[in-house]
Amino acid sequence: MPKLTINGTEIEVAPGTSILQAAESLGYEIPRFCYHDRLSVPGNCRMCLVEVEGAPKPVASCAMAAGEGMIVHTDTDRVRRARQNVMEFLLINHPLDCPICDQGGECDLQDQAVAYGYDRSRYRESKRAVPNKNIGPLIKTIMTRCIQCTRCVRFGEEIAGVTELGLLHRGEDVEIGTFVEKAVSTELSGNMIDICPVGALTSAPYAYKARPWELRKTQSIDISDAAGSNIRIDSRGNEVLRILPRLHEGINEEWISDKARFCYDGVSRGRLDTPWLRDEPGAKLRPVSWEEALTFVAGRLRKIRAKDMAALAGDLADLESVVALKDLMTQLGTPHLDCRMDGARFDPSSRANYLFNTTIAGLERADCILLVGTNPRWESTMINARIRKAWRQKKGALPVGLIGEEADLTYPVEHIGETAAALKEIIGGKHPFAKKMKAAQNPVLIVGSAVFAREDHGAIAHLLGELARKYDIIRDGWNGMNMLHGAAGRTGALDVGFVPQAPDARGMAEIIEGTRSGAVKALYLLGTDEFNARADIGWQCFVVYQGHHGDHAAMRADVILPGAAWTEQDGTYVNVEGRPQFARQAVSPPGEAKENWKIIRALAERLNIRLPYDTSAHISARIAADWPHLAKWDVLPDHTEIGAWDLKGEKGDLSGGVLASPVRNYYMTNPLCRASEIMARCHAAFPKGRDADSGSEDKTEQEAAE
Amino acid sequence: MLKKEDRMFPNLYGTESPGLAAAKARGSWVDTKTLLEKGRDGIIAEMKASGLRGRGGAGFPTGMKWSFMPKEIGDKPHFLVINADESEPGTCKDRDILRHEPHKLLEGALLAAFAMGAHTAYIYIRGEFYHEAQAVNKAIDEARDAGLIGKNACGSGWDFDIYVHRGAGAYICGEETALLNSLEGKKGQPRNKPPFPAMAGLYACPTTVNNVETIASAPDILRRGGAWFAGLGRDEKNTGTKLFCLSGHVNTPCNVEEEMGIPLKELIEKHAGGVRGGWDNLKAIIPGGSSTPLLPKDICGAVRMDYDSLREVQSGLGTAAVIVMDQSTDIIYAIARLSYFYMHESCGQCTPCREGTGWIWRIMQRMVKGNATVSEIDMLLDVTKQIEGHTICAHGDASAWPIQGLIRHFRDEMEDRIRTYRKTAPRIAA
Repeated sequence: MPKLTINGTEIEVAPGTSILQAAESLGYEIPRFCYHDRLSVPGNCRMCLVEVEGAPKPVASCAMAAGEGMIVHTDTDRVRRARQNVMEFLLINHPLDCPICDQGGECDLQDQAVAYGYDRSRYRESKRAVPNKNIGPLIKTIMTRCIQCTRCVRFGEEIAGVTELGLLHRGEDVEIGTFVEKAVSTELSGNMIDICPVGALTSAPYAYKARPWELRKTQSIDISDAAGSNIRIDSRGNEVLRILPRLHEGINEEWISDKARFCYDGVSRGRLDTPWLRDEPGAKLRPVSWEEALTFVAGRLRKIRAKDMAALAGDLADLESVVALKDLMTQLGTPHLDCRMDGARFDPSSRANYLFNTTIAGLERADCILLVGTNPRWESTMINARIRKAWRQKKGALPVGLIGEEADLTYPVEHIGETAAALKEIIGGKHPFAKKMKAAQNPVLIVGSAVFAREDHGAIAHLLGELARKYDIIRDGWNGMNMLHGAAGRTGALDVGFVPQAPDARGMAEIIEGTRSGAVKALYLLGTDEFNARADIGWQCFVVYQGHHGDHAAMRADVILPGAAWTEQDGTYVNVEGRPQFARQAVSPPGEAKENWKIIRALAERLNIRLPYDTSAHISARIAADWPHLAKWDVLPDHTEIGAWDLKGEKGDLSGGVLASPVRNYYMTNPLCRASEIMARCHAAFPKGRDADSGSEDKTEQEAAE
Repeated sequence: MLKKEDRMFPNLYGTESPGLAAAKARGSWVDTKTLLEKGRDGIIAEMKASGLRGRGGAGFPTGMKWSFMPKEIGDKPHFLVINADESEPGTCKDRDILRHEPHKLLEGALLAAFAMGAHTAYIYIRGEFYHEAQAVNKAIDEARDAGLIGKNACGSGWDFDIYVHRGAGAYICGEETALLNSLEGKKGQPRNKPPFPAMAGLYACPTTVNNVETIASAPDILRRGGAWFAGLGRDEKNTGTKLFCLSGHVNTPCNVEEEMGIPLKELIEKHAGGVRGGWDNLKAIIPGGSSTPLLPKDICGAVRMDYDSLREVQSGLGTAAVIVMDQSTDIIYAIARLSYFYMHESCGQCTPCREGTGWIWRIMQRMVKGNATVSEIDMLLDVTKQIEGHTICAHGDASAWPIQGLIRHFRDEMEDRIRTYRKTAPRIAA
């Protein structure tokens, strides 16, 4: 533990700590451009120079490890002058176009020039200009502003796992680029905008939209996947202008996926902003008032027996509305509920069965990972980034096996097999990967929830159980069995038991089947756009759709009740780890759209059912009463309380077939994305981001075109 | 003047064959096994006793550098890397060793590698040195066939092999850590130090990087003894013999091996046939390759050519490449040309060098014409000070020093140029 003195204060730091980190921990600010906590240290901007007694030259504090007995000064004349000098150098070839630069107001270069620079320039020569690069639909480049800190290059190489950007040429002519013009093909590319300390990489969709001081900042939770990345929604007036990550070490660190960052424009496009009603099957939808719509729904539902009704909760449903819908359906007396839009049929009785028990941060402790029927890169980008981080931390000594579709996950993956039969090979212990599992202290198994939508899910669950026992995946202090969902609302809905209420009650597939056979006469859809409602739901079934987008289900609905999107209402989302998080309202819903749980509450009123909550506080209390753990925001479940991992399977035959990931098109996974112009541009730029040819999304689109 | 028998490179001019037989006749490889029997510590002690300082320009004591390598070979192999990326303008000493005395280099490589526990040496040869690389490869083949290197080199029981790697023409790859990056196949950009190469060098393994001349001096030092080497030269810190490269406005430009500390005037008059037009026609001399500050005539007459004497006159021995400029030289233009070179060769990694070298060159272009103000001379000096010492490697210093030398000694001429320009330059009518 080296002990050093910084500005007269003694401090003891862990070996390997840089001077900059040590100074930071004492509260001394050291300016920097190239240094970033989560990236490697190139020491090239020279802004963080400090004076170390005994050293002949100023020392780059980011790259110099704290040494025993060092005496460091961070604020001497010499240091101040060195910083001024570096600042002057950085600015001589910088265009100084702050008035028209989108980074203005949140620019490291601007801030540090004010704090540490000269107040004028002595440079009278011509300035360098650098051609802009086209690196995709998300990042706008103004390369003349670049100060060659190489943060984006290192981010690509280290965090995202794509070596596409580089520092080309040399001397004054250096520029960041891809050499051969191409889009930066990583789903984390938006983070390069955040880490760019100047206005060289800015957000293309946000270009010239607003200044940072005009924006209202709202803390929220990402709903584009189930990891529950922490985000900040920046809005002005009633418009969401951009989404930025919020630091959460347990989930997303300080990154978010491009989908989380850029799907926001979908919120304002293709919205349902007034109730619609279809008087009889086959008639046209007509806009109506809330009063008329709710009265009509209540009137129809009164005529149908409870056991002939069913309700489905979609992927983006917030916990409050799911609870309200469940309360309503329970009071009506229907047991036919489900929230598993992918058709998965696992046993949700134990919470551990469907949670990501290892936790996202816990992945860093893993020393062997087996992926079954999942592609974390597309299903949960932040979890994939965490696996890559763990792989990097272990310097590549983290074996990752994959059973399912072959995929590029940005780290080396041992492809064991495509079908579930490969599980048997691992259990048999003959496969080379089985030896790695055996040797592992903290083995992790991640199974995609879509696996349980297969015919042979019982047999697979049985094999997984055998695997867990054989390789001690669950033991004291370690639970390596994880289920990975793709839907933000799924874990919460499972937690409150939005699943078939009796052994003979209908699940997702049976409900849909029931609409066709006539057994289900009324169907309440809460934001369910994950299946092709027009094709799948029988024509005589009465369908109420409550949601925010005119997507698949709205087309089929007999009554449309316009709800708020997640940016427009307060709502709780439980992430894959079982961590409840609160997404605050950033803007108001458009037109006549209302908060989702209030719609259900109002409908219940008309069915002469009084749901016992009138305000947000009431419904929060209602949730806390039955599920106290869901009222503790940002608290991970206590594994002693949530029950053991106990997926009941039965020995059976495997039906073969590839254990495919459910995400066929990364940029088009939910109605928000499908309505988003930015996501459409991404889809156009990365058509092969997923094998678009066999995608279910595309199939529906084709059918829609017909 | 150096006695003939004290020369270490008798075939510097290629008068004899560079081949193995001729090299053996000149004394190379004859008793290498005996030299190796001194052991690692013995060799390093002898090198330390010789007082040999690195011949690449920085002048770091070689024996001490070798002793920085870990004593025991851990789980990582040790490497010796020989820097033959000789690109400093004015310098051409390593080239003659590579061409005419390759076996001196190879024998030195074996001794050095043995002393630091390395089984492998890489020679990083400047890309333009095509024939030199061929010559070295030929010598390596000869030595390997004769069992001098390879498994059980010279019958010593030490396995040792040498590989030649050719650079691709970047000056900065002569900086030791940039060289290592380039050798690893990465972009040739200097690394932050620490860690120094002796801790984490090539492929993060303990590595020592030495100049060709340094390594090629090792066999003679070990054979004749450190005391012999230390007996030559000016004092105990500036010992031995040194290859000087004499170029520019001299009558007979040449490479010559001379004793360390020979007076500069004597060096030029004896070996280069004197300054063109006589000593009085001299204007300035760059004593140690382009990066060392120039010296005006009055200093040149008295200064001795060694590390410390030149440091006293605010210059440096560098690579001992003496560039002589007579009165016909436009000294401002000459230095401006050097600043263009340093701008062109900056790797662009760190800010002061990337931005500063271009700025300097642009000001210098105006200084050549005189299209500047006198106060800009002070600004130019200030800019060079802003670069100096603030960069990752010494390239920034190297780009700053020639300008500082120019301003130190020829400020009058720069001011005259500015005044003349102001008087004569066409003006836009008011």
